[in-house]
Amino acid sequence: MSHQPDRQEYNITAYTENQVGLLNRIAIIFSRRKINIESLNVSPSEIEGIHRFNIVITETEDVVSKLAGQIEKQVEVLKVYYNTNADVIWQEMALYKVPTDVIAEKASVERLLRENGARAVVIRKDYTVFETTGHREETDALIAVLQPYGLIEFVRSARIAIIKGSNGFNSKLREFERREPGEDVAENEFLNSRDAVFTM
Amino acid sequence: MLNNEPTTIAEPEALAAAAPSDMEEALAPNATGAVAVLNILLAEGVDTIFGYPGGAIIPIYDALYDFKDQLNHVLVRHEQGGIHAAQGYARASGRVGVVFATSGPGATNLVTGLADAQIDSTPLVCITGQVFAHLLGTDAFQETDIINITTPVTKWNYQVTKAEEIPEALAKAFYIARSGRPGPVLIDITKNAQLQPFHFAPYKPCTHIRSYRPKPIVRTEYLQQAAALINQAQRPFVLWGQGVILGAAEQEFKAFIEKSGIPAAWTILGAGALPTNHPLNVGMLGMHGNYGPNVLTNECDVLIAIGMRFDDRVTGRLDKYARQAQIIHLDIDPTEIGKNVTTAVPVWGDCKETLPLLTALVEAKSHSEWHQRFQGYMAEEVDAVIKDELFPTGEELTMGEVLQQLNELTQGEAVIVTDVGQHQMVACRYARFNHSRSNITSGGLGTMGFALPAAIGAKFGAAERPVVAIIGDGGIQMTIQELGTIMQTGVDVKIIILNNRFLGMVRQWQELFHTRRYSFVDIASPDYVTVASGYHIAGQRVEAREDLAYGLRQMLEHPGSFLLEVMVAKENNIFPMVPQGCSVAEIRLR
Ligand SMILES: Cc1ncc(C[n+]2csc(CCOP(=O)(O)OP(=O)(O)O)c2C)c(N)n1
Ligand SMILES: [Mg+2]
Repeated sequence: MSHQPDRQEYNITAYTENQVGLLNRIAIIFSRRKINIESLNVSPSEIEGIHRFNIVITETEDVVSKLAGQIEKQVEVLKVYYNTNADVIWQEMALYKVPTDVIAEKASVERLLRENGARAVVIRKDYTVFETTGHREETDALIAVLQPYGLIEFVRSARIAIIKGSNGFNSKLREFERREPGEDVAENEFLNSRDAVFTM
Repeated sequence: MLNNEPTTIAEPEALAAAAPSDMEEALAPNATGAVAVLNILLAEGVDTIFGYPGGAIIPIYDALYDFKDQLNHVLVRHEQGGIHAAQGYARASGRVGVVFATSGPGATNLVTGLADAQIDSTPLVCITGQVFAHLLGTDAFQETDIINITTPVTKWNYQVTKAEEIPEALAKAFYIARSGRPGPVLIDITKNAQLQPFHFAPYKPCTHIRSYRPKPIVRTEYLQQAAALINQAQRPFVLWGQGVILGAAEQEFKAFIEKSGIPAAWTILGAGALPTNHPLNVGMLGMHGNYGPNVLTNECDVLIAIGMRFDDRVTGRLDKYARQAQIIHLDIDPTEIGKNVTTAVPVWGDCKETLPLLTALVEAKSHSEWHQRFQGYMAEEVDAVIKDELFPTGEELTMGEVLQQLNELTQGEAVIVTDVGQHQMVACRYARFNHSRSNITSGGLGTMGFALPAAIGAKFGAAERPVVAIIGDGGIQMTIQELGTIMQTGVDVKIIILNNRFLGMVRQWQELFHTRRYSFVDIASPDYVTVASGYHIAGQRVEAREDLAYGLRQMLEHPGSFLLEVMVAKENNIFPMVPQGCSVAEIRLR
């Protein structure tokens, strides 16, 4: 086999219409190529009626750029961006359910929670639910901490990511709604970034 | 027994909608969903529908009863036949093909045709009936999740569950199917939506969807880069595909070729965009394409790809494909640019717009020495392959001589519809085309069974042109039931079965690459002429060379459909051939 080119985590951000079936249309772009989606978040964006997908995969840039193109090609997708982890601010949220009596008895647990930036969301007689947000390693670290104290249940959200270099989507959307949008929106980013090829 | 038929005709909600309150008087129901569907088809310029009824689409068929004078509904014998016919119609006419099918098995029978239309960019609108909305997800009789089944094989699909959604859904369907890079769209309409009376406002076609950009903005700097490369090229080579035909850019393409003087070769879906005997047309690309175009792909210095997608049957081994060349790629679909080959200059746009701009920037040249290279290879190929194929001296008939004689008679005026296999490659290689939209074949999917129904559709789409289907003895048996459609509609389709008593293309691979282990390729045939006569279709079988010309003439002169079975050599192979995994330069002549 030829050598495996550099793969890394990429964050794909897609702005889409809020349409039944679109999730499947996007998911099969990955499954068809036997690419595993590591994290997927779909939620309403800041704009009424527009949804935002955050998809995390580990692949080479060549593959990611092609996937992004395939997603953007779908009729109900407005715009797709892809970024490495260095180009985004990202967070995952985690919830931890632990027995309240253990927490109450062991002051060390409380300290550990504070050190890990966790916050109590619900405190009941039988259990307490803590919440923390952060990178994978951070939420993982707290699991390791709580495990010896009888961690009952754990859940982690998909990743959400803000693109450092983005100017937001509000003004872009107005462009999309126009029949003749400006170059910025109508032009294809994957082609724009190819200027380097023209060194003839 | 139609056990899926409810005893009441309208759903309670439909009846409620039929009785508007005073306030809503202005928006009183004036049509059912079904009637709206048919009015919209008329407004979209549809004249022909290929379809098959069933329980979940009965309301639309009921409405169709009153539209018989305005809409020609062709009752096919199988929904796969229906969708291939719609493909043939679309490919021959340049218009959107329309299909009706019922839910469940009717809808699933469309899947092969959708996949075929998706990969070959054929504009279709398929309307399927669906169970009542309140039954969705209950495993109701003939319920199938056709939206999810067809998502990978449609450009867009949508399920309508209320009559009010019909106008917008269908308007979008037609717009999406035919704009940008065309493709198939499926609209699934639940039975209650078909039955429901609603206020059907004057129909407005769709011209804009904010999330959809079918027409890219053409950027002049890319065109300048492309022209600069072309103008300094010593050995430029043009590859063109179906994009030229889909963009209706045949004239613009010809002008570009003629000014630049660049030799041009075609993919099988591009065939006919430039006439076969145009001096700059150097032949067919790909696995069974011509010798020169394949070999010289790896010698040109600038490769200009126009509306083609570097399919693996065209490129052969990719890491040995045109590595020496700078590639300029003109395409309307940005995801095709850079998908398979590294592109030096991406010219993203509709080639009807980009080609004239490029033509204006390129210098007039003739490249005569370079052309001689193609001619040299052609002479070799004629000697090694073509001569014996078209003018054989052996006893057995060849597929090539059938095409040769057919060309003599049709003079390149016919629409040729082929199935998949050896006969397809022979037909694409040797058929003469004077006009665009003359070669209708299943390229990307390679769907056996395509030709007979597609030929029927092609005739409906191009009634003034002779339509000749060329089919293998394997493929004809996949959709032979469509002889019934021919019988009932009286459509005039000429059918040539090139009978080699083998699944020939598979047999050829088994011979060449699997030590002649002929595993399940010796397929038996019925007596086709007798079968045809059962459908009241005239026919003739030709077994000897001296009967061939007469048989072909008889077929072409016959008023109405005619089936001509030609018994050809059993074990002929198609050459040249780029074996799988080899580079185009390793093309074999024998
Ligand atoms: C639906 C379908 N099934 C199987 C194949 C694989 N296949 C490709 S060519 C071929 C043989 C076709 O035989 P025939 O129709 O007799 O044509 P010939 O090659 O003999 O001209 C087969 C089986 C296919 N292309 N499509
Ligand atoms: Mg055969």
